Amino acid sequence: MDRKVVVPGDLLSEDAKRSGDGTYIKDKCVYSLLYGLANYRDKINVIPLAGKYIPAPGDNVIGTVKDITFSNWIVDINSPYDGLLHISEFPTRIDSEEMSKHLRIGSSIMTKVKDVDPTMKVELTLNDRKLGKIMTGQVIEISHTRVPRLIGKGGSMISMLKKEVNCNIFVGQNGRIWINGGAEDTDLALKTIHLIEKEAHTNGLTDRIVAFLKSEKGARS
Amino acid sequence: MDKSDISFFKDGLRLDGRRADQLRPIRIEVGVLARADGSCYIEMGGNKVIAAVYGPREVHPRHLQEVTRAIVRYRYNMASFSVEERKRPGPDRRSYELSKVSREALEPVIMTSYFPRSVIDVFVEVLQADAGTRTAGINAAAVALADAGIPMKSMISSCAAGKVADTIVLDPMKEEDNFGQADLPIAMTPGGDITLMQMDGGLSPDEFHQAVEMAMKGARDIYEMQRAALVEKYGKIEASTIEVNACE
Repeated sequence: MDRKVVVPGDLLSEDAKRSGDGTYIKDKCVYSLLYGLANYRDKINVIPLAGKYIPAPGDNVIGTVKDITFSNWIVDINSPYDGLLHISEFPTRIDSEEMSKHLRIGSSIMTKVKDVDPTMKVELTLNDRKLGKIMTGQVIEISHTRVPRLIGKGGSMISMLKKEVNCNIFVGQNGRIWINGGAEDTDLALKTIHLIEKEAHTNGLTDRIVAFLKSEKGARS
Repeated sequence: MDKSDISFFKDGLRLDGRRADQLRPIRIEVGVLARADGSCYIEMGGNKVIAAVYGPREVHPRHLQEVTRAIVRYRYNMASFSVEERKRPGPDRRSYELSKVSREALEPVIMTSYFPRSVIDVFVEVLQADAGTRTAGINAAAVALADAGIPMKSMISSCAAGKVADTIVLDPMKEEDNFGQADLPIAMTPGGDITLMQMDGGLSPDEFHQAVEMAMKGARDIYEMQRAALVEKYGKIEASTIEVNACE
C-alpha cells in the first residue's frame, strides 16, 4: 500500500478518474484538499489527520440530548451541526408532553443519521434494534478521523475486538464509543482502543492488536 | 533620525548582513496549542506570531451565518508589548484593515461550501513585531488551517518586497520598512495566483515588476518551509508510536 503525507494543493495524479475523498480536480489533474495521508489505490483518497465530524446519512452516532422542543429532541453529536430527533422516530408512540419522560436533557443515545439536507439539518432516528438510550456501560471519545481504523476493513478490527474482550461495543462515526462489559474487560477494551487511536496511521495494525491482546490476557491469567 | 543619516547597505550587504534577495531566517512549528483545532507558531526574523484556528463551528451571533457556506473570521491582533513603544491594546484602524485583507487572502482557497451555516475562526496574535507581521500572520494562519484539517484548494504563502536606497529588497526588516521608499506585501498560492497585494510608497513600473517577481520567489521558498513543517509534524506522530512499540 502506497501512502504519503500531503498538504493542500499537492498534485496527486494526472488522471482525473482517480479522484477520491479529500481531493479535487482542476485542469484534469487531481489535487489534495487536505493535510493528511494520501492512499494510492484505484482511487486516491486523502485521509485527514484532524477535523470536525460532518454527519452523513446512514452514520451511526452517539449523542447527548441538549434541548427539547415541541416535537424534537435536539442532540449534540460532537459536530458543528446539531442533530434533530423527531418524536415519530422514537421506537414507541409517545405524547408530545411526555417526551422528557423518555429522553431527558443529558440522556445519551445511540442513534443513526437518517437524513442530512443541503443546509445541514441533521435528522436522527432510533428506529433500529441496535439503537436506543444508553443505560449502562461507558462512553469514550476519540478523534472521528480514527474511527475507520477502529472498525477496520469490512468491520474486521471491531468484530475481532468485540470477540476478544468479551464486551458490547457500539462505535459512533462521530468518534464516540460505547463500551459495556465487566470491569476488567472494559479496561482492556479501553486500553486497546486508545492504542488503535494512537497508531491509526500505521500498517499491519490488526495483527499487532491481536498480539497486544494476547500478551495482556496472558499477563492477567 | 533623518533619512539621509542611514546607509542601508554596507559592502553590498544589508544592515543585518543579508543580500538584497535573501529572506530572514524562518522557523515554523505546527500544533503548538492544545485547545485550538489547529495552530502554528512562526518566527520570521524578529517577528514572532502565533495563529490559532477554531472550527468549523456554530456561528455566534446567529445573524452572521450564511445558509450555503461557512464564513471565515480573521482577527489580527498585536500584543501591547510587541513593539518598542507600548501599543494601546485592542482593535484599531490598522488591525481592522489587516484582518480584512488577510481574511480575503485566505478565503479563496478555503472550501467554505463544505460547511454551510458554520464559521471558521482564525486568530492571529503578534507577540513581537519587526516589519512584515501581516505576511507572517498569513503564513502562520495557512499552516494552522491545514493543521485543523480544513479542506483548502492549496496553501497560501506570503512575503513582502521593498525599496530602500533605490534598490529592491526582499522581506524588509524594521529599519528598511520605517525609512525605506516602498513596501509591497503579497500573498499567493504556490501556483502563482495572488490573493493579496498592497503597496505603500512608490515604485516605477519596472521596479514594481521586479519587486513582485522577488516577493513571489520569496513566497515560494516560504511555501516549501510551511510544507516541511507540516510533514515534520506527521513524522513526530510516527516517532511517538515507535516509542510506544518499544515500551511494549
